[in-house]
Amino acid sequence: MAAASDFNPFQAPPKGDNTFAQITDNVTRIMEAPKPPRAWYIAMGIALSMLTMFLGSITWAAWNGIGVWGNMMPVAWAFPIVNFVFWIGIGHAGTLISAVLFLFRQNWRTAINRFAEAMTIFAVMCAGVFPGVHIGRPWLPYYMMPIPNQMGMWPQYRSPLEWDIFAVSTYATVSILFWYMGMIPDFATFRDRSTSTVKRLAYGIVAMGWRGSSRQWHRYERAYLILAALATPLVLSVHSVVSFDFATAQLPGWHATIFPPYFVAGAIFGGFAMVVTLAVPARQFFGLKRIITIRHLELMNKVMIATGLLVGYAYGMEFFISWYGGSSYEGFTFVNRLFGPYSWAYWTMISCNVIFPQLFWFKNIRTNVWATLLIGMIVNVGMWFERFVIICTSLTRDFLPSSWGYYVPTKFDFMTLGGSFGLFFTLFLLFCRYLPMVAMSEVKAFSPAGGHARPHLHHGHDDAAHAHH
Amino acid sequence: MSADHKPQAEPTAAELHGILAEYDTPDQLVSAAKQVRDAGFEKWDTYSPFPVHGIDAAMGIKMTILPWLTLGAGLTGLATAITMQWWMNAYDYPWLISGKPIWSIPANVPIMFELTVLFSAITTLVGMLMLNGLPHPSHPLDLVKRFGRVTDDKFFLLIQAADAKFDEKDTRDLIDATHPVAVESVLEDRVTPDTFPPGLIYGLIVVTCGALVPVALAVKARHSKSDKPRIHLIQDMDAQPKYKAQRENPIFADGRADREALPGTVAVGHLNEDDHFYRGRAQGGWARTFPSQVDLSEETMARGKARFGIYCTPCHGQSGLGDGMVHKRADALAQGGWIQPTNMTQEYVRLQPVGELFNTISNGVRNMPAYAAQIPPEDRWAIIMYVRALQRSQAGSLNDVPESERGSLK
Repeated sequence: MAAASDFNPFQAPPKGDNTFAQITDNVTRIMEAPKPPRAWYIAMGIALSMLTMFLGSITWAAWNGIGVWGNMMPVAWAFPIVNFVFWIGIGHAGTLISAVLFLFRQNWRTAINRFAEAMTIFAVMCAGVFPGVHIGRPWLPYYMMPIPNQMGMWPQYRSPLEWDIFAVSTYATVSILFWYMGMIPDFATFRDRSTSTVKRLAYGIVAMGWRGSSRQWHRYERAYLILAALATPLVLSVHSVVSFDFATAQLPGWHATIFPPYFVAGAIFGGFAMVVTLAVPARQFFGLKRIITIRHLELMNKVMIATGLLVGYAYGMEFFISWYGGSSYEGFTFVNRLFGPYSWAYWTMISCNVIFPQLFWFKNIRTNVWATLLIGMIVNVGMWFERFVIICTSLTRDFLPSSWGYYVPTKFDFMTLGGSFGLFFTLFLLFCRYLPMVAMSEVKAFSPAGGHARPHLHHGHDDAAHAHH
Repeated sequence: MSADHKPQAEPTAAELHGILAEYDTPDQLVSAAKQVRDAGFEKWDTYSPFPVHGIDAAMGIKMTILPWLTLGAGLTGLATAITMQWWMNAYDYPWLISGKPIWSIPANVPIMFELTVLFSAITTLVGMLMLNGLPHPSHPLDLVKRFGRVTDDKFFLLIQAADAKFDEKDTRDLIDATHPVAVESVLEDRVTPDTFPPGLIYGLIVVTCGALVPVALAVKARHSKSDKPRIHLIQDMDAQPKYKAQRENPIFADGRADREALPGTVAVGHLNEDDHFYRGRAQGGWARTFPSQVDLSEETMARGKARFGIYCTPCHGQSGLGDGMVHKRADALAQGGWIQPTNMTQEYVRLQPVGELFNTISNGVRNMPAYAAQIPPEDRWAIIMYVRALQRSQAGSLNDVPESERGSLK
């Protein structure tokens, strides 16, 4: 490997004479290192060029109008909404790991929760771009906000699209608050470990004078528990509300009561796939193998089997209901999915989401990092196609054959989709370099010396603790 | 590590902030905290890199009121959502959507939920920070070098000199009895200024005032009258690069944006070459026969009867006698000047060629308007067929009736 000639300081064993110091060193040296590994620069270069493409294609669409995309009648929702639902779905795993697994006392989450929360926030940012540009006049979204305007009109609160505005912006806000609050003690660690004045000042401002007082920890822990309890129903509500955009419409293929749980399961499935996709390279390049262990990847893969089966069940149940419901339009829509002009998209979705994840039943596959990475990427592709199938296939063939059409995206559609990954990865790489990638205080608390962990739950940290002994 | 720590001069009582003890493990910290708690101190605290298990009980920390703040905020969020949606959609600007009730709870539940969560979450974070006295930029402990490891791997206990029970020697003895790794006197911070630098404060004032200018302008605009058109920042589709009808266009010699059709232009499907079928003319006069396109059949007759019923009966009546509902009504009003619609069974109408009847329907005559725009040519011919039948029925003689039926007429 090329990396052999290129010494990577992150791969050295962490310094420190006790478990806590080793955890601190393992995480802070990424921020302390004068230079990140070469792979970081290469990745950043690619991400920045994709980001440029993203901004360029959006500017082009805003300047010329959305006619540069393939959107047409009847497929007016097309790529922008497919991408929106895709990204907002990815943004579910973070809060699920932070909040739901916290309430269920799944202590293994401490290794990956910060990471997944960051991913959530960046995915929600990517998602937020698409409805904004999709309206064609991105300077007018304030119409959807409850603010007085020159028309003297207010938003229409009985519309699912308006619910969406509130659900997604609440979710973004609460996720950022939760993420930030979790980082306050780690920012304090960064502040105390920094040697340069600029870093001390910057981390000092965001740490807000945290000094680890027990009286403060008491309120902090209570606040964390409350936020987790608030975020749990919230994370389940967001994709439910997104699914209402479809479920409350009369269109065959959209008008289904299974949509809210089906969308939530799909979001968790796709979100975990993205966490795995990011965690494998990050632990590889930044020397976090002692903290994010194979056991963590394996547990995430198990969650993916479970949610993948839920999604597969939903696919099957949609067919059952279309037959059992007896509506000929509904029935046609599902036959059309299997054999119609977009059947290639449907079968891509089925193979990526239902067939490939079954490989995780084999222990040697779900404990292999590269197989995990590959299947995670396949699931990401599959989940994108799921939204494409729901939106585009249903819209192209609805009630009136006279209004049928075939949607073909243009190169600007693909540039915007590809470019959104540039935004995501740019933010993610900056996060890896400058922010605490692992929740140090939580990992310390749940390490064997920390005294929080129950004996049967902390296997994952054993190798973190004993790696250097 | 101990080499870093310079021995400090014996502090005077006024300068002493407190006594700090360092421990290696969370367990040592918990047992030390129990002893300090039992000694009855109030102004003291422990410090650790993570929340230490059991420290709350060891220090006697009471449950925070934070959950109650969150509950209050959640209820406020719920009430805000209900009031906002009702006021905006049902009161200030009642909005009727698809015949749904103006105010109905189920459709407003999602936003009630979201605002409840939003208000609760913001209050939880802000409340936690405020109850904790954060941000807290400087602290006497910041001057203690060893205390830098509180966010890494060490555990500390501080008893403040301000505590009523504090006595420098007794307190230090108490701390020594808890077997700390190190003990150190913490001095009051005389280095960090107590106030913000004046430049920063003036800068903040200037920035705040500047930020309020647009707000003030908007408020002024909402509460004053003006004759000028409103400020319209984004012109959007107001200005479109195209020439509209009836506008000037310098490109053409006549300066008009509207262009006339070229001479001889015929719209698609409007050639209408066949004079007989489209205009009722043949051999230089009114056609005396039906055109070949018209199928002289029972169906055409039925079609003609139906079209006659729709277009002709209001004035001409069911039998074409000129006694339709319009006539009856006008006659009853008796305002004078009303001319009865033509009785089309009169002889002079009966003698008119079918081509002339076609022209009358198409272009109108006297008071009768033109029907070419409403009735397609084939239907006009069908109507004429029916009119001919009506005329025949009114001018018939006994000889027209089949012999077998004649008896019933007598």
